[in-house]
Amino acid sequence: MNRTRTTLVALVAGAGLALSACAPGGSDGGSDDASSPSPNAVKTDAASLGDVTLTVWDQEVRGGQEKQMSTLNAEFQKKYPNIKIKRVSRSFDDLVKTLRLALTGADAPDVVQANNTRSQMGEFVKAGQLVNLDPYATAYGWDKRYPQSVRNVASYSTDGKTFGSGSLYGMPQVGEVVGIFYNDAKLKTLGINPPKTWAEFDAALATAKTKGEAPLVLGNLEKWPAGHVFGVVQGRFTKAEDIRKLGFGQTGGNWVTPENTKAAQTLVDWVDKGYFNAGFNGQDYDPAWQGFTKGKGLFLIAGSWLQADLSAAMKTDVKFMLPPAPEAGGTPVTTGGSGLPFAITQKAKNKDAAAAYVNFITSPEAMKVLADNGNLPVVETAEQKAPDALGTDVFAAFGTVSKDDGLVPYLDWATPTMGDTLGATLQDLLAKKATPEKALEALQKDYGDFTGK
Amino acid sequence: MAVRTRPPSERPTRTRPPSERASRARSLGPPGEPRRIGYLYVLPAFLVYAVFALYPLLRAVHLSLFEWDGLTVGTWAGLSNYQEVLSDERLRASFGHALVLMGFFALVPLVVGLVLASVLHRASVRGLGFFRTVVFLPQVVAMVVIAVAWRRIYAPDGTINSVLTAIGLESWTRGWLGEYAFALPAVGLIGTWFESGLVTVLLLAGMGRIPRDLYEAARLDGAGAFREFFAVTLPSVRGEIAVALTLTVIAALKTFDLIYMTTSGGPGHQTTVPSYEVYRQAFEIGQVGLACTIGVCLTVVIFAISFVITRVGDRVAD
Repeated sequence: MNRTRTTLVALVAGAGLALSACAPGGSDGGSDDASSPSPNAVKTDAASLGDVTLTVWDQEVRGGQEKQMSTLNAEFQKKYPNIKIKRVSRSFDDLVKTLRLALTGADAPDVVQANNTRSQMGEFVKAGQLVNLDPYATAYGWDKRYPQSVRNVASYSTDGKTFGSGSLYGMPQVGEVVGIFYNDAKLKTLGINPPKTWAEFDAALATAKTKGEAPLVLGNLEKWPAGHVFGVVQGRFTKAEDIRKLGFGQTGGNWVTPENTKAAQTLVDWVDKGYFNAGFNGQDYDPAWQGFTKGKGLFLIAGSWLQADLSAAMKTDVKFMLPPAPEAGGTPVTTGGSGLPFAITQKAKNKDAAAAYVNFITSPEAMKVLADNGNLPVVETAEQKAPDALGTDVFAAFGTVSKDDGLVPYLDWATPTMGDTLGATLQDLLAKKATPEKALEALQKDYGDFTGK
Repeated sequence: MAVRTRPPSERPTRTRPPSERASRARSLGPPGEPRRIGYLYVLPAFLVYAVFALYPLLRAVHLSLFEWDGLTVGTWAGLSNYQEVLSDERLRASFGHALVLMGFFALVPLVVGLVLASVLHRASVRGLGFFRTVVFLPQVVAMVVIAVAWRRIYAPDGTINSVLTAIGLESWTRGWLGEYAFALPAVGLIGTWFESGLVTVLLLAGMGRIPRDLYEAARLDGAGAFREFFAVTLPSVRGEIAVALTLTVIAALKTFDLIYMTTSGGPGHQTTVPSYEVYRQAFEIGQVGLACTIGVCLTVVIFAISFVITRVGDRVAD
C-alpha cells in the first residue's frame, strides 16, 4: 500500500515535470516560413485559378447584412464557377469566441471576418496567421479606392505591435460612425433649431432642460455606451491626431492633458445639470434608444448601426448629424471605423482565389449591393442611394467625415484591456466616484502600461 | 423536562454476526472475488470521468503555469500567474464578491427555505403540490431568461421603481444595477429568489420523512411551535441542509451567466466575480494562462468550502 502511494507520487511528479517541458501552442505555432507574395506574383484572374473551394467565416447574420452577403456570394459563384464558396455564418459573439481556435486548427477557414481590435486581428497578425494584403492592395487598386483613414483601421505592423499603420490585413465592407441622432419633431415643438455649433448644442441642452426635458439619452448598463458619448465630446476639445494615438494605442499619446480633462469635465457637468436621463448607469442600452423612439429625450449620441431601427420606428421625425466641428469651418471629429474586415488566413490553400473573393465583395458594384440592402458602404458612400431619409443623413455624414479625415478610432481599441478600463472608468466618472483627473489617470495607466512595454 | 428526540438516522447499528467475523479472520480479506477486480468495475465510469473531468482539470493546472495567448507558443511563467491573482486588487475583489454572493445564494435561501418548508409542512396546506411547483419554478427557467427578466425589474423605469413611485417613495427610485452600493445586493437577490425554491423543496422532502410520533412526543412534552422546530425538525433535516448548502454555495461561486447578462461586472468593477474574470481574461484579453489560474483557484475554493460543509454536515449527523 505504502509503496504504491510512493510510486503514484513519483508518477505525478514526473508527469508534472514532463508537462512543464512542453509549452502550449508549441506544435502549431506561428508559421514564419509563410512569406507574402510579391506584387508581380499575385494572380488576379480568378477564372484561371482552377477548381478551388473557399471556406468563408462571416458574421453577416442579420437582415440586410445577410441579404447583401448571400447576394454577393451568389454573384461571385456565377462569375467564377470554378470557385466554390463554403459559407459558415455565425453571430458576432460566436465568431469572436471561436476564431482563435479555428485559426490554429488543422482545418482552418480561408477567409475570415476578424474584428479590428488588438485582441483579435492584432493577435492573429502577431501569430503570423493572417496574410499581408499589401501586394493585393496594389494589384487590385484597393489603396486608391479606400482612403487612408479607413485602411488604417485594418492595418498593423507585421509584428502586430503597432495598430493603425503598417500593412493592410483586412478589407471592410461597411462603415460605422458615431454621431448625434435627434428628435426633429420634438425640437420643433420646443422651438429649438438643430444646433450647428457646440455653443448652439449647449444652448439647446439648457433650453430643453428648462422646459422639463432630460435632453440626452444614455443607457449605460453595458458599460461601453458611455465610451461613444465620451468619444464625441473628446472630438470637441482634443485634436484628431492625438485621439488617434490614444485610440490605436501608439506611443507618444497622453490621456492626462488639459483638453481631455475638459472633455471629462463636460460629461460631469452634463450629469450635474441633469441633462442625462435618471439612472443611466443602470439603464439598458436597447430600452434607452427604444425610449428615444417613443419621445423620451431629444438627443441620442450613438452609432450608425441604430439607423435602420430608429428610422423604422420614427420615420422622418428623427435625423442624424455629425458632432459640430471644434471651431467654425473646421472638420468635425468623431469616433468611427469599419465593420469587421475580411482577412485571408495564412493556411488558405489558394490565397489568390481568396483575394479575388475579398476584392469582389468590396468592389464598387458590391458597395451598391450593400447600400441597396440598407448597409452603410465604407467607400464611395456619397454616390449610393440610401434606403430612407435617415439613411441619407447617415450616408452623407460618413462620406464627409471619412473624406475629411475626421474619423478617429474607437478608444477601446487602444489596448487589449482598454474596453473594460474605459467602460468602468466612465461609469465611475459619471457616477462621480472618480474626478475627471482620477479617471484620466486610470485611462493613462492602462494606455501607458501597454505602450511602455 | 427536556424533550429527548432521536433523528431517524440514529438507529442502533446492527452488530456483525460472530460467524462473519471469524471467516474474515480466516481468509485475511473480504469474501468474494479478489479485491483488484473491483477496480475493473470502476474502470468504465472512471474513464469517462478522467477524459471529461480529470484531464481538463490537469490541463488547466498545466496551462496556469504559462503565459499564453492561445495562439503563439506559451512561455513558462511558473507561479507568477498565481501571484497575480493574489496581488491584483481587481481579481482579489472578484473573489470577495463571490463570497458576498454566497450569503445571498446560500444562507438567505436556507433561512427562507426553512421557514417556508416548515410552514408548508406544519399547516396541512391545500394543493401543496401546486405551491411546491410554484416555489421550484425558478430552477426550471434558464438563468439567462431570469437575468433578462430581472434586468427589466431593476431598470430605472422598471417594476421596482414604478411600485416605489406608486407608494410615494419616489426619492428611493434609482437605476438599481447601476448604483455602486446596490448593484451587488441586487444581483445577489436574484440568486436568493432563484435558490430559495430549490432549498425549500429539498427541506420539504426531508421534513416529510420525519416520523409523526416524534412531533406527538414533543407536543405531549409541551413543546410549542418554535421548540418543536428546533428540537425535532431542524436536527432531522441536517443532511438535507448540508446538500442544499453544497449545491447553493457552488452555484454562488461559479455564477457567470447572471453577471454577464445583468451588469457585465459593473458599475466600475463592483460586481465582477471569478468566473466572469475567467471569461474576460481568456476570450476578451487573450490571457489564457491567467484565466486558467483563476479557474484553478476557484476550483480550490469551491472544493475547500464544500469539503467543510459536507464534513460538518456528516459530523453533526453522526
